[in-house]
Amino acid sequence: MLYDVLIDPFVQMVAVPDFFLQVIWEGFVSGVLYALIALGFVLIYKSSRIFNFAQGIMVVFSALTLVGLHSMGIPAIAAVPLTLLVMYLLAMSVERVVLRPLVNQPDIILFMATIGITLFLIGFGELVFGGENKVMITEQLGIPTGAFELEPFGGFVLIEQKDVTAVTMAILLVVGLLLFLDRTKMGRAIRALGDDHQAALSVGISLSTIWVLVWFIAGVIALVTGIVWGARAGVSFALEVIAYKALPVLMLGGLESVSGAIVGGIAIGILEKIFEIYWGQPFLGGNTETWFPFIFALLVLLFRPQGLFGERIIERI
Amino acid sequence: MIFRTAGQYKTSYEADQALFPVKQDFYLVLGILLLGYVVFPLTASEFTFKALLVPVLIYALAALGLNILTGYCGQLSLGTGAFMGVGAYATYKLMTIVPEMNIFAAIFLSGFFSAAVGVAFGLPSLRIKGFYLAIATLAAQFFLVWLFEKWAWLYNYNASGAIEVATSSVFGITVTGPTALPIVQYYCVLIVVTLVTWVAINLTRGRYGRMWKATRDMDIAAELVGIKLMTAKLTAFAVSSYIVGVAGGLLVFFWKGAAEPNLFDIPLSFQILFIAIIGGLGSILGNFLGAILIVALPVILNLIPSTLGIPVDSATLEHLNVMIVGALIIAFLILEPHGLARFYAIIREKFILWPFPY
Repeated sequence: MLYDVLIDPFVQMVAVPDFFLQVIWEGFVSGVLYALIALGFVLIYKSSRIFNFAQGIMVVFSALTLVGLHSMGIPAIAAVPLTLLVMYLLAMSVERVVLRPLVNQPDIILFMATIGITLFLIGFGELVFGGENKVMITEQLGIPTGAFELEPFGGFVLIEQKDVTAVTMAILLVVGLLLFLDRTKMGRAIRALGDDHQAALSVGISLSTIWVLVWFIAGVIALVTGIVWGARAGVSFALEVIAYKALPVLMLGGLESVSGAIVGGIAIGILEKIFEIYWGQPFLGGNTETWFPFIFALLVLLFRPQGLFGERIIERI
Repeated sequence: MIFRTAGQYKTSYEADQALFPVKQDFYLVLGILLLGYVVFPLTASEFTFKALLVPVLIYALAALGLNILTGYCGQLSLGTGAFMGVGAYATYKLMTIVPEMNIFAAIFLSGFFSAAVGVAFGLPSLRIKGFYLAIATLAAQFFLVWLFEKWAWLYNYNASGAIEVATSSVFGITVTGPTALPIVQYYCVLIVVTLVTWVAINLTRGRYGRMWKATRDMDIAAELVGIKLMTAKLTAFAVSSYIVGVAGGLLVFFWKGAAEPNLFDIPLSFQILFIAIIGGLGSILGNFLGAILIVALPVILNLIPSTLGIPVDSATLEHLNVMIVGALIIAFLILEPHGLARFYAIIREKFILWPFPY
């Protein structure tokens, strides 16, 4: 029994390296997506101290809007910018209607407000686009759907082209975002707000502009996540659960760390897949992916309370 | 005029620290109890019991449990639904192992199981704080619901994977199961809720309540004045999970009658959190006000189109409901971030001064 749990899985990993590689690849792809969602969280948290629970529903909402617009007869090329426009309007109305009146309230109130936004968007999305499952317009967007077969160790590893596209898009987005944060004036303003709210305000950085911008970026991230995840699993409100997956990533990487979100996301994606395949399914009846990331992040936090990349916690009276 | 506090002199510390230092508050509570114990049972229909009164009481109790943890001790928890599940499953198992057991004994005992689980998942609170802790409690949420699904022993190896409440009776009156009368179940819930609320009010006013509040306001300062943070936080987790567990037992045994694991999933946790926050964190009364609002809203929204004669199909109506509830939550947070309990406090102040401006 002990042998089965402690040693046998590792023996299998070495004995069937192709399958192990396949597992890692699958985990890596979902990890990249977790990292993307976590990045949306981090950006908003950094610039406004809001724990944005609505990020998950924004993924669903943007994907629904894209598919919905396309089904109304708008070509895919035009539907993407239109969806971006919708996300911008969403960011603006969130800032105007929800955030501005709630400025300076305790964290938990703002957190609750984002759950309110979540409920509103669920109702609104279902009302406008219907609650049934939809298929992502993968081909119309020009995403290849074939698969590569590699044969590194005599067996074969199946790599789907849309997964490769997903990873590429994610990497491009992250690099673009990092450049934006690092090199542009707006990016500097966002980072300044993250460092010190009052100081940033006092040198004339406009809070509302930055908030709209940050929520819009989160919307763009949501759209990209929605497209690639929708291509894998279809577009439905079940997609919302992947937002929960981003939470242990945040715990692990720290709420304020961009690199933490990326590294944490990929780590969680790979580890949960490995645990599920080699331990979860044989011993625990499967479906361990719902809780394993949380327990794992919890264990890490017990030893490093600030997370992997979080800033050192200094407490004063 | 009615709320005049003048002339009520306190001549001892006991009188000053009493549960109702102002006589009118006592009358008010008496009036509410009278309403709950006599007027509602005489007037309410079966639908009202099932759709309004019982859910309000049960959700208020669960929110009270959460409020002790979040409102009084300052530890945000998102795992309430799962702890309710622990209470429900523990009651179920106790009733299967000892079928002749009094259902109330089973429910109150099952609270200890959820308290133990709560303490276990509360341990990280000694190391991590704020939203990190909130995410950590989500670990409890997801893990426990997964356990309810996979551990067949918990639901007696039922093919359906759900727990179903057997008929049981106390003093010859059927209280649970499909044949129980709604009014009997209402009374059962009401008695438990009254009892637990009374204990909770006194707990929060006592030594432990002060420890919790000090921890909430600033934990380092509390530690410096000699409060053991470990004791404070873990007792808060234990008491909170106990109450939440009892509420979970009531939820399944006196209201739903059967439960699948997904009943205790994250929407339930959020619903309880909404009630606690909209009612007002750090207030006992707020839980009841919040529960009334959150339970009554969908019922009222469902009634509006039919009374106005607008034909709306049920799916659209449900979506509209979700949307309106979301919008109302935001509106309430903007109007009064301290919750409905603060509204009550403001009105009470006004009444004390009324009809004079000062």
